[in-house]
Amino acid sequence: MNIAPGEATEDEGPLYAPAKKVFPQSVKGTFRSIKWTLLCFCLAVYYFLPFVRWDRGPNLPNQAVLADMANSRFYFFFIELWPQEIYYFTGLLILAALALFLSNALYGRVWCGYFCPQTIWTDLFLWVERRVEGDRRERMKLDAASWNAEKIGRRALKHAIWLLIAWWTGGVWVLYFADAPTLVRELATFQAPATAWIWIGIFTFTTYVLAGLMREQVCLYMCPWPRIQAALTDPDALNVTYRRDRGEPRMSLKESKRARVEGSPAGDCVDCFQCVAVCPTGVDIRDGSQLGCIQCGLCIDACDGVMAKIGRRPRLIAYDTDENSKRRMAGRSMAFRQVRSRTVLYAVLIAIVGGVMLYALATRARFAMSVLHDNAPMFVRLSDGAVRNAYTIRLSNKWGVTREFWMEASGFAGIVAASADADVTPDGRLHVSVEPDSTRAVRVFLTAPRASVTGKSTTILIQATEAASGEVVRVADHFFAP
Amino acid sequence: MTTQGQSDFDPVSGRTTTGHEWDGIRELNTPLPRWWLWTFYATILWSVAYWVAYPSWPLATSFAGGAFGWTSRGAVSAEIDALNERRASQGAGLASATFAAIARDPKLMSIALAQGRVAFADNCAPCHGAGGGGGVNFPNLADDDWLWGGTLEEIAATITNGVRVDGVKATRLSLMPAFGKDNLLNADEILAVANHVRSLAGLDTQKGANLALGAKTFGDACASCHGPGGKGNPMVGAPNLTDAIWLYGSEIPSIVATISNPRNGVMPAWGGRLDPVTIKSLALYVHSLGGGK
Repeated sequence: MNIAPGEATEDEGPLYAPAKKVFPQSVKGTFRSIKWTLLCFCLAVYYFLPFVRWDRGPNLPNQAVLADMANSRFYFFFIELWPQEIYYFTGLLILAALALFLSNALYGRVWCGYFCPQTIWTDLFLWVERRVEGDRRERMKLDAASWNAEKIGRRALKHAIWLLIAWWTGGVWVLYFADAPTLVRELATFQAPATAWIWIGIFTFTTYVLAGLMREQVCLYMCPWPRIQAALTDPDALNVTYRRDRGEPRMSLKESKRARVEGSPAGDCVDCFQCVAVCPTGVDIRDGSQLGCIQCGLCIDACDGVMAKIGRRPRLIAYDTDENSKRRMAGRSMAFRQVRSRTVLYAVLIAIVGGVMLYALATRARFAMSVLHDNAPMFVRLSDGAVRNAYTIRLSNKWGVTREFWMEASGFAGIVAASADADVTPDGRLHVSVEPDSTRAVRVFLTAPRASVTGKSTTILIQATEAASGEVVRVADHFFAP
Repeated sequence: MTTQGQSDFDPVSGRTTTGHEWDGIRELNTPLPRWWLWTFYATILWSVAYWVAYPSWPLATSFAGGAFGWTSRGAVSAEIDALNERRASQGAGLASATFAAIARDPKLMSIALAQGRVAFADNCAPCHGAGGGGGVNFPNLADDDWLWGGTLEEIAATITNGVRVDGVKATRLSLMPAFGKDNLLNADEILAVANHVRSLAGLDTQKGANLALGAKTFGDACASCHGPGGKGNPMVGAPNLTDAIWLYGSEIPSIVATISNPRNGVMPAWGGRLDPVTIKSLALYVHSLGGGK
């Protein structure tokens, strides 16, 4: 820059923008109904899911969805995951990303508009705001009014209800991490652990701030998805679109009537700003696709209402594609191409990842064995010349009851297994019982007679059999010698 | 290369510019939201509060300690104290329990083994190796061959009193004579007895070795400690010469060197350095490595 320090110039614009106040107006219509339905459904799932019970037998928790941090277990109905199976979550995240991409290629920012927690809680908070302070005009008036008793009263009531909802949101969050009925009882009698209160506090704060105070600022400045979404969309994706070809040139109802009589061009848009008034992020959809538009469809409802009143066709604003805008302007008929290479690709990827995950889940063993060879010392020469290797074998029992395991090793003639932690049966197998839903480490010594040790490293096979089910797990490892 | 822009309005985007221009490209003015600025100020306030609360500024010879008096050294020593306290309470049963009683109690046993493993790594591993694997000149503690006995009591006694420690009354003490250095045996006898010792372990001997002389010399000079058959004697730390384990090597030059001028290895006495519970835990750990009798 060539500007001297301290020298203010006229063309330096403001560096910081004050937050634009948005007072979304209430609206009725198809998309508003869909949004209310989804809102109720999603909130009901969130608030009541921790109380759903699922019987898993005597030694396991009976909460359907539970992230049991203390015992390192995650329960989801019939699925129980151990920490080492964290890759199922990775798979789930990959599926979620692909589903987001697919939904974007088909219906644009349908996630933002209908399912995102930010949208749902903001919608809920807006509903409270409307109930307490009234609709758009009344809220604007109240905002501009001086701080009289009525304003203070209404604002206090609104924030109190918000905080109450935020508190419930945080309160339910912690129920996913402990037995819900027990924790509710503990919270009610102030016996709950400090961590529960801290997490409730954190989520109360974030819910209140994000849904009550930040709202569209989260979408505009914090969320990465609008940036990514803009790079992923294509001309055939359905987006909430102002049909410029039909709407322009916009003019008032009176002017457009006159213009039409005169035979000069007049669009269907009467410039009533209803689409802007109802928008939860305060954007003007008529400016085209933009970062601030979460594509919730409320402007469609608002515009349809106006069009019905003045007797014009609905869907001046509609789910439409860029491609169709071009086609209409070129005088061609509309075409919706949902099956395209990218939607097919996303669907195939979802099917592959989902299929792999389902297969892995359906065929996973109910018990696991890991074998860790001692690396210091790698082997021990015994006084009779035999060679001994030591291993730490971990057996994981994923059943809800104690199970018996039989282990045997093979790979050498005359190999002998011994362990201080296990019983040795007459036929040379090791017998270990493992407590329900737990892991047990057993140190095992394998000794091979001098005559049968030939190489420096020999592959051996350790096999564990679960007595009741007959399930077998085999692990190959090495036997080292001088 | 920057120049002052002429216009602060960009007709294409319909937005104002900052007036900065680089090779014909003008920078649009995209103001940050005001709340972002307040958040930034809040972080500055936080940092100031942090300076006050925690140690921060270095001074000439010390540092600003902070209102909470927190130090990382203090935090570590508090953790160590807590750990020692926990170990003392967990291991309380170990002090009075006999080895047999500990072996019957899986919980006590697991505490002893865990403490023993750590104590071994801290004190024993430098010579005996991680996991007790030993090395040339340092006995392997995982095998089934013991110089001074492999029962729990014998291991504990060896750890407590050490091997050949001056001034420790109960130390493991025995000295193999320097048969070569002190001219107790001549070179032929030493070579012959070295070959005889190899034959005891079933190893091949040198061509032309005088095995008869070796056997006679062994009976005269060695059998009193190592036993007539060379099976050794843990009472005096005399190793078994018939097995496959060779502390100083099984080759003729190694054996000749040992007979001529023995190493008579030493080990510190840990009785004065480690507490009885730690020594007990060490004995249990060493015993569990695979060779315990």
